[in-house]
Amino acid sequence: MSTTNPSSESKNDDVLVRVENAVKHFPKRGGLLNRIIAKVHALNDVSFTIKKGQTLGVVGESGCGKSTLGKVVIRLHELTSGKVIFDGVDISTMSNQQLRPIRQRMQMIFQDPNSSLNPRMTVETTIKEVIRLHAVVAESEMDATIDQLLSKVGLRVDDKTKYPHEFSGGQKQRIGIARALAVNPEFIIADEPVSALDVSIQAQVLNLMMDLKEELGLTLLFVSHDLKVIDHFCDSMLVMYLGNIVEEMPCEDIHAHAKHPYTRALLSCNPITDPDQRGELTVLEGEVPSPYHPPAGCPFVTRCPLRTTKCETENPPLSDRGNGHRVACWEVE
Amino acid sequence: MVDKTIQQDKPILKVRNLRTSFKTGRGTVTAVDGVSFDLYPGETLGVVGESGCGKTVTNKSIIRLLPSHVTMYGDDSVVDYRGTNLLGLQEHQMRAIRGNEIGMIFQEPMTALNPVFTVGWQIEEALQYHTNLNAAQRRTRAVEMLRLVEMPNPEKRIYEYPHQLSGGMRQRVVIAIALCCEPDVLIADEPTTALDVTIQAQILRLMDGLKEKTGTAIILITHDLGVVAQACDRVIVMYAGQIVEMAPVRQLFHNPQHPYTKALLDSMPKPGRVGHQQRLPAIEGTVPSLFDLPDGCRFADRCKHRRDNCEASLPDLVSIGEGTAESKIRCFYPLGDVKESGAAS
Repeated sequence: MSTTNPSSESKNDDVLVRVENAVKHFPKRGGLLNRIIAKVHALNDVSFTIKKGQTLGVVGESGCGKSTLGKVVIRLHELTSGKVIFDGVDISTMSNQQLRPIRQRMQMIFQDPNSSLNPRMTVETTIKEVIRLHAVVAESEMDATIDQLLSKVGLRVDDKTKYPHEFSGGQKQRIGIARALAVNPEFIIADEPVSALDVSIQAQVLNLMMDLKEELGLTLLFVSHDLKVIDHFCDSMLVMYLGNIVEEMPCEDIHAHAKHPYTRALLSCNPITDPDQRGELTVLEGEVPSPYHPPAGCPFVTRCPLRTTKCETENPPLSDRGNGHRVACWEVE
Repeated sequence: MVDKTIQQDKPILKVRNLRTSFKTGRGTVTAVDGVSFDLYPGETLGVVGESGCGKTVTNKSIIRLLPSHVTMYGDDSVVDYRGTNLLGLQEHQMRAIRGNEIGMIFQEPMTALNPVFTVGWQIEEALQYHTNLNAAQRRTRAVEMLRLVEMPNPEKRIYEYPHQLSGGMRQRVVIAIALCCEPDVLIADEPTTALDVTIQAQILRLMDGLKEKTGTAIILITHDLGVVAQACDRVIVMYAGQIVEMAPVRQLFHNPQHPYTKALLDSMPKPGRVGHQQRLPAIEGTVPSLFDLPDGCRFADRCKHRRDNCEASLPDLVSIGEGTAESKIRCFYPLGDVKESGAAS
């Protein structure tokens, strides 16, 4: 199977999504005149590309900007500056009307299926709504399409008259996936799609997404806080910290390749799968600094075991180390 | 008055045949069905299982935190803490034990803490209720506790409110409250689930260090097998309200006996190249509804090793060995020794 070899994907050099110098600030208003008193630096000069058929993972802790990244790519958030180029077209300045045909080609799967499905709509109406909006299927073929979709995601055809509360968490996530696939997208942004699920169900949903990706040739941006899941599922990954990409690398043997001290810390903090590995855990001191006032130099400087005076004043660039490996650190080779 | 001397080899808490049922609009539902285990001083006992398997209800039954008007315990259920059956105690007697001899840590520190009182006040409240310390001594003790849980600047932090603290710091406060009366048993219900991995590592290390210092026995409830591998000495695996397997942690990971335990371990994505981007061996199907439980083995319809009699009758929980080396298994066809060397180490 070609999935066992991620490098086979890279033969296809067509870039589907290119994000250039993306910056996103969320203003905080306050005071007597409701002026902007501070800014959350959610994304700080983020650039990357996703090739057709590639699965790119984004990993990081809460507040690192990984969900914001997913949302600016699909323009659920507007960029403060920078560009999102989808299939050669700059979509960051398009109007909503111009965006609609593009949005049919990119869809999103959300973390919490309880809040992303309308509790008053049956599965059928939920899926019909998107299909009608983008007019991808004629009304006469609607029922057949929906039946086909449901069986594709592993739900029963007679489930379509049910409401979300009648399903378990894993099944709800399958409905979310069916909705995303209803308009035949090429590109899917999955924002923590398995984080709310139990391990056994998580494996079912990951398998389903893996199969669908194969079958439909999807390109994916997969956002998760769980390094194990990203490592298992993706071709390459971005590691984010406080709105910056600190490392980008292929998911081949990340234990050997990870260079950035933050990635290394994440790897060792990740709960082990074997009690015999106990004791190797190196604990990172301190906490993530406030995104209102990020450090002047490297974002990781306050917790970094390798920091020098240079790190406190200058933010290291994300420099290319070959083989799709980029690291933002002054200290590591 | 209970005897305070601790004997290492005697269980401090004995749970026997715990059966907890709730009256609901759809009839009676038994969330925990015949759970028995021992907790020994100074150990960390993990309770692991998927949502709805009864792990939280088991532990809330032990500390009697379930709503009394809808909760029923089995007639022969016993929670024996130092010779006293906690299930038979009056609420005021229970209150003297809860938070004093049996401490608790909850999953979400923001809801466990009271938003309108300072952190110091909340630690002192527990001390005021359970000890004879005066106000100044309580304040000193609160600062000491915050220092013990590695809170920076404890003298200043006691004047802060929960919203001024980060998630990890709040969880440290919850742990400080749970430990301020030096409990013999600490029940931690998903203590790190709401936290990031780097903070989770800090909290797990902290709990381990405190256990070493104080000799507290910990019951650690979690859905995360990684946390179990990291922090527990013995593990109970629960499925649909019952214990399906109990074993020392190494044995459980290297040589799981119950097909459910094996399937759970297999369905975790493994780090490194093994099985990268291949289908995970998922457990098909879902947990049976507690309203409509099968007569036979509760895992039978999802089990790859099922045979005809699995669906006909429920297997008993069979014990092998004694004390902390004891293991138990509820299966007609346990998987047997797959890796002899792993279990022996």
